[in-house]
Amino acid sequence: MIKNISNLGDAALYCDFGKDVNKDINTQVIKYFKTIQKKNISGVSNITPSYNKLIISFDLKKINFNKLKKIIDNIEIIKGDSIQNKKFEIPVCCEKEFSLDIKRLEEKLNMKEEKIYESFFEKEFFCYMTGFIAGMPFLGDLDENLRAKRLDTPRVKVPKGSIGLTEQFANIYTFESPGGWNIIGNTPLNIFDSNKEKEPNLINPGDLVTFKRISKEKYQNYHE
Amino acid sequence: MNKNYFEIIRAGINSTFQDLGRSNLHHIGIPFSGAMDNRNYLLANKLTGNNHNDPVIEFAYQGPHLKYHGDKINIAITGDVSFKIKKGDNLINGECYQSFILENDDELDIISTNKSVYGYLAISGTFNLKFQWSSCSTNTKAKIGSNNGEKLSVNQKINVKEINNNFVLRKLNYVNTKIENIRVIKGTNFNYFSEEGKKIFFKNEFKVSKLSDRMGMRLEGKKIENMVDTNIRSEGLIKGVIQVPADGNPIIMLSDHGTIGGYPKIGVVVSADYDKLVQLTPGSKVKFQEVDLSSAETLFKLYDLETQNLISQI
Repeated sequence: MIKNISNLGDAALYCDFGKDVNKDINTQVIKYFKTIQKKNISGVSNITPSYNKLIISFDLKKINFNKLKKIIDNIEIIKGDSIQNKKFEIPVCCEKEFSLDIKRLEEKLNMKEEKIYESFFEKEFFCYMTGFIAGMPFLGDLDENLRAKRLDTPRVKVPKGSIGLTEQFANIYTFESPGGWNIIGNTPLNIFDSNKEKEPNLINPGDLVTFKRISKEKYQNYHE
Repeated sequence: MNKNYFEIIRAGINSTFQDLGRSNLHHIGIPFSGAMDNRNYLLANKLTGNNHNDPVIEFAYQGPHLKYHGDKINIAITGDVSFKIKKGDNLINGECYQSFILENDDELDIISTNKSVYGYLAISGTFNLKFQWSSCSTNTKAKIGSNNGEKLSVNQKINVKEINNNFVLRKLNYVNTKIENIRVIKGTNFNYFSEEGKKIFFKNEFKVSKLSDRMGMRLEGKKIENMVDTNIRSEGLIKGVIQVPADGNPIIMLSDHGTIGGYPKIGVVVSADYDKLVQLTPGSKVKFQEVDLSSAETLFKLYDLETQNLISQI
């Protein structure tokens, strides 16, 4: 349930579902997202779900914070609509040229490179949300010992396909973009396709993802 | 087909097709995009007798140099821009907020924006463009929108689909003003910052960095110290949000911003100041000034009224 609604600037609602981040809370957020999306509220310009927040931005010419808050306060959540789980295996090359922050991570986590990769590749991840850049999946949860903060100053350019870690999550940079996650490898797989307007994202909230280490040779000769 | 077109002699630094942008796609990571300076976008379309939401060419700093081939067409440029029109041996100094007629073989050289970043070129008619998610807006980072998601380049043509027969010459008396005080509403993580950091945010000057583009504007100044956590759980963003990463320098989210971010939000620029914010050139000095929600809403009403008033004068 939404614990609190405040304003984010003058043209967005900030719906807070509490401090915890887990699948149950995230499923609540997704349910609210779907319900509000189906309501087609005039003036709403974006509904952005994340782990434990929902941000609803609007056109200030058509509606304002107080009016929209009233609508959201009184909304009834649609029952059912269980989230389907697709499964994916993502190939990752961890050669030096791709693992930009592995040395930094060794220091941050006080852990050897091999151990970091071992723990990472063993895991099955759950997709909490997509975004930041088009199609980027936010995958959890990393083991406790792999959790590190973002870079102090985000990179201006992170290469396309980069696999990044921060806190309890892993993600995939679907194209070159600024970003502050700790980069440990790169996938040759295309995660986002703008030509598929109906379903541009390969991975969607609720999907399950594992990573598989591949050689540089395999990476270079990779065909989807 | 396409007997009317522009030949690109010089593409300019970042010339892209833009319109009002695309909504309700943040959840899959696709930003709003659209013209950075909405008021100047709307004025360009009105000056050429177009629909308010028709695509235009947005350029940054240096604009394109174009040669026109085809039937008579009207054009207008908005912003603070120097440009010339070449008709045979005749070189005309262009003026913003005024429509001009282009005929076959005429050239339009958009030399540069003056004390601003973005300018807009509208034609009396429509470009032949591919739309994605109901918008032509080009997002070069995600490769989304018209022109295969790329900025304009030499050796390509800009095809005109249709010319509206609106050859009335229009003019507006309007001068862009530069903003120095950016009004903001406190962000959802305002209390993450030290008393000193909060003071710096509202009292000190910040300089616009060179590392600014359609995604974001980086600022440099005295470090804003964080007392709680330099990371938050990644969550949705909107344009105008000011994030402060661990290095203590603010970053303002602009129209092509990432849809999700994990740095604490110290403030959000009010909607009324957005068009002027994006026009700040690197090196410009700015200060932040706090306002509350109801003042911000009033400021937006005034801004919108002024825009509508300018449109009705054309």
